[in-house]
Amino acid sequence: MDPCCSDTGRELLELRQSTVRFAGDSGDGMQLVGSQFADLASLSGCSIRTIPDYPSEIRAPAGSLAGVSGYQLSFGDETTTPGDSPFVLVAMNPAALKVSLPDLQPGGIIILDADEFTTANLAKARYEANPLEDGSLEGYRLIPVAMTRLTEEATKPSGLEGSGRARCKNFFALGLTLWLYDQPMQPLLEWMMRKFRKNPAVMAANGASLRAGYNFANTNELLRVHYRVAPGKLPKGRYRRVTGNEAAALGLITAAARAGRPLVYAGYPITPASDILHELSARKEFDVRVIQCEDEIAAACAAIGASFAGAIGATGTSGPGLALKTEALGLAVMTELPLVVINVQRAGPSTGMPTKTEQADLLMALYGRHGEAPMPVLAPASPADCFDVVFDAVRIATRFMTPVMVLSDSFLANSAEAFRIPEVDRLADLRVPSPTRAMKDFAPYRRDPATLARPWAVPGTEGLEHRIGGLEKQDVTGVVTYDSENHRRMVELRARKIENIAQPIPEARAEGSDSGDLLVVGWGSTYGAIVAAVRQARQEGHSVAHLHLRHLNPLPRQTEQVLRCFRKILIPENNTGQLASVLRSQFALPVTSLSKVEGRPFLIRDIRNAIEESLRK
Amino acid sequence: MSVPSVSVLPVAPLVPDPADSSSDCLRTLTRKDFQTEQEIRWCPGCGDYAILTQVQKALASLGVPRHRCVFVSGIGCSSRFPYYVNTYGFHGIHGRAPAIATGVKCANPNLSVWVVTGDGDGLSIGTNHLIHCLRRNLDVKVLLFNNRIYGLTKGQYSPTSEFGKRTKSSPLGTIEQPIRPVQTALAAQATFVARTIYADPNHLAQTLDAAARHRGAAFVEILQNCVVFNEGTFDNVAKRATAEESRILLQHGQPIRFGKDGRRALMVRNMEPEVVNLDTDRVAESDILVHNAQSTSPALAALLAELEPPRFPTALGVFRRVEQPTYDELLMGQIRDAQSKRGEVNLQKLLDAGTTWEVA
Repeated sequence: MDPCCSDTGRELLELRQSTVRFAGDSGDGMQLVGSQFADLASLSGCSIRTIPDYPSEIRAPAGSLAGVSGYQLSFGDETTTPGDSPFVLVAMNPAALKVSLPDLQPGGIIILDADEFTTANLAKARYEANPLEDGSLEGYRLIPVAMTRLTEEATKPSGLEGSGRARCKNFFALGLTLWLYDQPMQPLLEWMMRKFRKNPAVMAANGASLRAGYNFANTNELLRVHYRVAPGKLPKGRYRRVTGNEAAALGLITAAARAGRPLVYAGYPITPASDILHELSARKEFDVRVIQCEDEIAAACAAIGASFAGAIGATGTSGPGLALKTEALGLAVMTELPLVVINVQRAGPSTGMPTKTEQADLLMALYGRHGEAPMPVLAPASPADCFDVVFDAVRIATRFMTPVMVLSDSFLANSAEAFRIPEVDRLADLRVPSPTRAMKDFAPYRRDPATLARPWAVPGTEGLEHRIGGLEKQDVTGVVTYDSENHRRMVELRARKIENIAQPIPEARAEGSDSGDLLVVGWGSTYGAIVAAVRQARQEGHSVAHLHLRHLNPLPRQTEQVLRCFRKILIPENNTGQLASVLRSQFALPVTSLSKVEGRPFLIRDIRNAIEESLRK
Repeated sequence: MSVPSVSVLPVAPLVPDPADSSSDCLRTLTRKDFQTEQEIRWCPGCGDYAILTQVQKALASLGVPRHRCVFVSGIGCSSRFPYYVNTYGFHGIHGRAPAIATGVKCANPNLSVWVVTGDGDGLSIGTNHLIHCLRRNLDVKVLLFNNRIYGLTKGQYSPTSEFGKRTKSSPLGTIEQPIRPVQTALAAQATFVARTIYADPNHLAQTLDAAARHRGAAFVEILQNCVVFNEGTFDNVAKRATAEESRILLQHGQPIRFGKDGRRALMVRNMEPEVVNLDTDRVAESDILVHNAQSTSPALAALLAELEPPRFPTALGVFRRVEQPTYDELLMGQIRDAQSKRGEVNLQKLLDAGTTWEVA
C-alpha cells in the first residue's frame, strides 16, 4: 500500500484488491446496492467476483439473525473469488453486524447505521450488551453513522412519504462506500435515471440519499483514508455482469440459435436451479419453449421427447432432481439422443442444505445410471464460464448424439463476475444436418464413422419413419434384439463414442509449470480459489502448478502424463474426495484429497494452507 | 347385434398440410401402409391385435401422412405398440410416455402425437404424467389399454384390478379399491374422454376416429382381455350373448337406452342412477337421462363412467367432448406474441442487455 495524496488532502491508499460486504435486513436492499457497486467497480476496470448470502427463510422476522441478507464482492486486478474475508463491512443493523463480524479481517472497517442499534434491535440480534459501547469492536475501525436520520433529512425535498424515504438508506450506505473506494457517483446516478424513470420521486430520493452518503464521507472526520483499487487485466472486449444461472440460460439460447433449432427447456422448480427456468421463461421471443413439468422425471422425458422431434432438448435441476431423472438419462443414452442436463449441485444427501453449495454429485454424474451408460460430463469454472460450458454441452450433445451433463453448483449459480460478451456471429456454427429422404441407406443406428453418432432423423421427415426405444437394438438397423454378441458390440460402441469426445477437446495442460513438486487439480467452482492460492504460492517461490479439468468425462488427452510430471497431487473438492477417487482408480496414482463440505466454497487460504502443508511433508 | 354409431360432432376434419407434397398426401393410404415388418410378439389371442388393426385402419382413413405421426409408449405389453406401426415411434420408459409426448408435441406442434399405455403404465407408475398431460389439454391422443392385470411381468394385480382379485401377488385377494380410468381422466379435466372395447371393431374404429379428430387431449380407455393372465375379464361386455344387456352405447343428445330393442333405460333419482324397464316400470320417456357429452360440468360424465356390473351396465362411447385451447397452441401463441411485441429478434442485443462496459 503506497500512500499518496488525494485532492481532498486526505490519504489515498492504493490496493491491488479489496473485499466489501453489504449486510442488512432482507428488506434493506443490500443485493441491489451490492450489485451496483460491483458494476461500478467493473466500470473502473477491476475484475470482480460476487457472492450473495440470502436468508433461507422466505420472510424471516425483521431484524433477526435469520433475516440477514448479505452481498459480498471482491474486486481488483486479478480477482477470481469473492474474497476470503471482507476488508469493509457495511452493516445496516445489529443482526447484520453479528452475522458478518466473524468473517471480517482484523483491523477491517465497519460502517454501520448507528440509529439501528436500539435496545429492541439489539435484543432481536441476541446482543446482551451494545457492541458499540462494550469495547468488543476494538480490533476494527468502527464508523458509526446515523444513516437513518441523515437519509431522512436528505430525502425530505423529494416529496416521497416517510417509509419510502427510509428505504433509501441503502443508497446512503452505498454513497459512503463509493467515497471510501474513490469511485465516481455519476454512472450510478445515470443508472438511477433509467431504473426509476417512471417514478421521479423515488429517483430524487435515492439520488439525494446517495449524494448525502458520499458527501457525509467526504466531509466527515471519521474517514481519514480512502482507497483506490487497481484495475484488472481483463482481455479486450465488451463486458457485463452475469451470475452462473444467467450465463447458463444465455448459453442455451445462444447455442440453440447457432444450431438453428428451437430450444425446449423442461424443468421443475428446484433451488438453486430455478433461476435458469425463470430466465428462459422470459425469453419466448427467441423461440424458447419452456415447459414447467409436473416433476423432475417428466422434465427429463419431455426434453428427450423434444430432442427426438428435432429441438435442442434441455433440462436443469439440482441433486434430488437429478436422482429422479436417472432412469430417463439411461433412456437418452440408449436412444442416443442429444440432451443437455444442467445439474446445479447443492449440499446433500436428500434435501440436505438446499441453499448451500457442494460438489458431491460428481460420482452420480459419472456413474449414477444402471447398466453401462457412459455420458459426457463438463463443469464450468466460474459464473461466466457457465455460458461457454453450456454452449459446448449443446455442441457435444448434437454432434455425438448423446446426453451431456453440466455440473454447476449453488456457488456458481448465484455468484457473479464480468462476462466478456461474445460476438454471436463469431461463435461456432452448431448446425448438424438432419437426414432427409435423399439420404441413401438410412438406418436409425447407422453411425457416422468419424464420431460414431447415429443420424438425427426427425419426425416429420418423409420416408425416414423409424422406431427407437429403451430396448437393446441391433447395430445399424435399430431393430430390437437380445442377441448377446450384438449387445456386447453396442455396449462397446456406446462407450467408444463417448471416449472419442476427447479427440476434439483441448489436451490437459498444467498452468504455471509443466512439472514440479505439487500439482493442484480441480474441477468446477473451486477454480477461482485454486488459481489465487497457486499464484500466491508461486510468488513465494514454491514449485506448484494447477490443472483444471473442465471435462470430467471423457478426461482430456494427456491427463495422466500431466499428473505424472509432479511429485505430489492435491485435489481440493467440495465433497469428500470424489475426483480424487476417480483419478486414483483410473491412473493408480497417489493423490491427496482436500475436502470441504461445509456448504461454503473454498477460501483461498484453505487451499494455501493445504499447499504449504503438502509441500512441508 | 346392431351397433349404433358413435355420435360424431361436426368438427374440422384433419386437413393434410397444404405445404406437404409428400407422397402420402397425394394418394389414399391403406392399413397396409401402417404395418411394419417387425414380428409381432403379443400372445396369440391377445386383444392388442384387434386394437392394432383398428388403429392402423383409423390412421389410413384420417389421411395424415405417416411421417407426421408419432407413437409414444411406456412399458408393458401395450407399449410394444409403436414397433408395429409404420410411423415415427418412441418406446419410452415405464409410465413416462405422456411426458415424452409433451416434448415431442412442443418441439413440433404439426405432428399427430399418440400415446399408447396400459393400466399399469398409465395409472400406476405414470398416473402423474397422465393427469397433467390431460389437464394441460396437450393435443395428443392417449390410448389406455385396460386389461386389469400386469401381463408383461406375468400376472400381478394392477391398479384397475377388482377388489379381492386373486393374482400371483395377491394370493388372498387384493385389498385395494381399483382406480377408474375414465373418472381419473374426467377429474383431470380431459377435453375428450371415451371408453371402448377391443372386441367390437366398429365401435373401436369409430371411437378412435372421434378421438383423432378431437383438437386437444383425447383419452380413450380400451377394455381388453389378457388371454394368459386375465382371460375373460370384460366378457360380459365383450361377448355377443351378454353385450346387449350389459352395455350402454352413449350417444350425445340421445336418451340413454340399452338392452334388447332399447327397452331398458337409465334415470337419475336423488342423484342416484337407476335402471328402469320401459315395459314394466311406469316411466315417461322424458324421465330418461339424456346424454350430454358437451356439458362443461363433468358430473354427468362421471356418473355414467361409474356405472359397472353387477348393478349396472358398462357405458361405452364418448363421455365428454369439449373444445378448449390446447397447450401447444397457447405455448406457440405466447412465442408469436413475444416475437411481435419485441420486434426483430436479435441475439446480440440479448447478450448485450443491461449495464455493459468496454475494456480496451
